[in-house]
Amino acid sequence: MTESTVTETGQSLARPEGLQGFVNDWSSDQRSFKGVPWGKAMMWIFLLSDTFIFSCFLLSYMTVRMSTTVEWPNPSEVFALSMGGDPVPLLLIAIMTFILISSSGTMAMAVMFGYKKDRRTTAILMIVTALFGASFVGMQAFEWTKLIVDEGVRPWGNPMGAPQFGAVFFMITGFHGFHVSVGVIFLFAIARKVWRGDFDKQTPGFYTSRKGNYEIVETMGLYWHFVDLVWVFIFAFFYLW
Amino acid sequence: MAHGDGTAHVEGQQHPISLYFKVWGLLFVLSAASYAVDYFHVESYLRWSLVLIFMMLKAGFIVAVFMHMQWERLALIYAILLPPALVLVFVFLMVFEADYTFLTRGIFFILGK
Repeated sequence: MTESTVTETGQSLARPEGLQGFVNDWSSDQRSFKGVPWGKAMMWIFLLSDTFIFSCFLLSYMTVRMSTTVEWPNPSEVFALSMGGDPVPLLLIAIMTFILISSSGTMAMAVMFGYKKDRRTTAILMIVTALFGASFVGMQAFEWTKLIVDEGVRPWGNPMGAPQFGAVFFMITGFHGFHVSVGVIFLFAIARKVWRGDFDKQTPGFYTSRKGNYEIVETMGLYWHFVDLVWVFIFAFFYLW
Repeated sequence: MAHGDGTAHVEGQQHPISLYFKVWGLLFVLSAASYAVDYFHVESYLRWSLVLIFMMLKAGFIVAVFMHMQWERLALIYAILLPPALVLVFVFLMVFEADYTFLTRGIFFILGK
């Protein structure tokens, strides 16, 4: 994989830093992103496009919330959870936030151990990350059930206020939850390869017959951190605003 | 070729584990702080600015450290981080659009009665 994509410069070309380096990189031939594996560059560009998708979702949410003449349901009360006594505002959402951040932490460490070629620790950390992700999706399923069954929220209306609330909520958290679910599957798939030592033994991939390396762990990590990143924005704009 | 790395480029991103633990802790603190904003019912402009500040700090730490952006070359940083900044133009447009819709709805409901 790397053989055909990394340009051999013979170490003779200097790569200046800063703005001059930026101009040089972009005006050079063959590749602009020096020292970045193509898979990682492609993941970054995919994440950029995904950023625009989530931006459009959050923007449409802003637009409907600003333009409705009906009171917007108070998320602090809608998502409150009573633990025995008084309802605690946003409790489940706070737990979900901490879980996703923890999963980001374990993922970052998995990337680090991956580059150290410590495949057992890498695989275990990736599986822990995936389990955090799976529990996040589980809590989201619980939250959706509570909202749909107990509180009667529908995409076209709800008893608390502006009918757009349901549409926006299901679209944004649904799309994010889908990303998390895909990430969990992706994590298990890569963790399995790491655990088997595919990248040490240079086993050809099942689908592409390419030989992989530990860079895929970092590429996978980028996707996972992005999922966490999107949640940061959803948490701020949808739940806390 | 034992590790498929017969090329001249440096092997991945290597940073001390303590850095990840520090950022992890920091993200926990920032999340707790933004949750506290809601828990203690901070309202209006103070609430919105605190939420935005904590949000941007969290996003910044995730991108800079966990996604290793601070160690990348400017060519990649600019390619990835500048385009989303243009979304702010879109925000600006939609604020006007939403205000206009709100105004026309208001007029309709008043005159309709």
